[in-house]
Amino acid sequence: MAVAAEPGDTPFRAHHDLGGVRRFLCTPVEREEHTLSPFDREVDALRQVLAHHGLLRVDELRRGIESIPEERYFALSYYQRWAVALAFVLLSRGVISGDELRAALAAPA
Amino acid sequence: MAHAPLSAADRKLLETTPPEALFAALKRVLFAKGLVAPEEIPAQIAQTERASPLIGAQIVARAWTDPAYRALLLAEPARAVEAFGVSLTGAPPLGVLENRPGQHHLIVCTLCSCYPRAVLGYPPFWYKSAAYRARAVRDPRGLLAEWGTVLPAGTEITVVDSTADYRWMVLPMRPSGTEGWDEARLSALVRVSDLIGMTVPEAPA
Amino acid sequence: MSRFRVGDKVRVREDWPEQRGPVHIRTPHYLRGRAGEIAALLGVFPNPEDLAFDRPAPRLPLYHVRFRPEALWPEPVSGETLLVEIFEPWLTPL
Repeated sequence: MAVAAEPGDTPFRAHHDLGGVRRFLCTPVEREEHTLSPFDREVDALRQVLAHHGLLRVDELRRGIESIPEERYFALSYYQRWAVALAFVLLSRGVISGDELRAALAAPA
Repeated sequence: MAHAPLSAADRKLLETTPPEALFAALKRVLFAKGLVAPEEIPAQIAQTERASPLIGAQIVARAWTDPAYRALLLAEPARAVEAFGVSLTGAPPLGVLENRPGQHHLIVCTLCSCYPRAVLGYPPFWYKSAAYRARAVRDPRGLLAEWGTVLPAGTEITVVDSTADYRWMVLPMRPSGTEGWDEARLSALVRVSDLIGMTVPEAPA
Repeated sequence: MSRFRVGDKVRVREDWPEQRGPVHIRTPHYLRGRAGEIAALLGVFPNPEDLAFDRPAPRLPLYHVRFRPEALWPEPVSGETLLVEIFEPWLTPL
């Protein structure tokens, strides 16, 4: 979950810990707003519903996001990371099992 | 009960399944187990979308025109935002940072994307970007210049890295040339980027 | 009870728990080992390092700590300061 430092940076950091990181210092901040997709809105909503039911805390969601390996973390969209993190938390808590998820993935839609 | 480490098979499932398929499967399991009802999701989306930068703009316009409201907003933000139908019960505490002559604020979350969602709704795309998270704490002046934001000479910038339990919002300065304007006209000047500090509201020339 | 008062000089612990196993840390890497000043006591909140694992979480004082950029970055900067929320166990007196 962590990467070696770049020259001039701290000796060590986790890949989501982005403050001052040289890799992005010359990247422009894109001003254009993106519309959220139905998937984005649903993921956002399910996160809140699970929190209301006491099945997930925001801190757990963050840990789930941080557990995504670096290359994938930067390849996934914001809400794609959330979707992975929601599954991570519910599996870690034992609310659902990997077998249940695999069965749902295999079942016809 | 504390989290159990995931099995290698479950880690692989998370790391190799396309997120959209994983999410669809996750919903099916949650619905089948009765842990979440399908109708809760659209209901939550509707609830979430009641918050928006328009509410933030109305709050700012009221603070610009009503000194007592401004004082309340800075001292007790949770009570102040109730005037616009926003309840922070169960939400993280809100802090309001007042821009003043010589003092500008810029908000970032370098670790994730902490944002005053209960008031402003979904965070903007750029606020969540790696470039913004990396640069805001290290080169705030360069970042503001890139967006054409000009601060008076000698203005100090306080960058607030939102790392923990508070959620922060900027109270920008009222632009000159807006004397006598009413709240509705003023609130139309305030953009979401003004409430984060990447821009400052300006009256049309 | 909180250990620090507004104006106290503090140093952020230079510790890298990320190297020791799965953790969730809310103290950014760029502040580890750096000196700052207590700007405010924001309140008392459950430790996110425990909440992230669904473990019982002791409540800890949370401070707003002010840092000068010259204490953080190699390049010259002027007229900037940084305010960051940091939990008490990450701070030592200076």
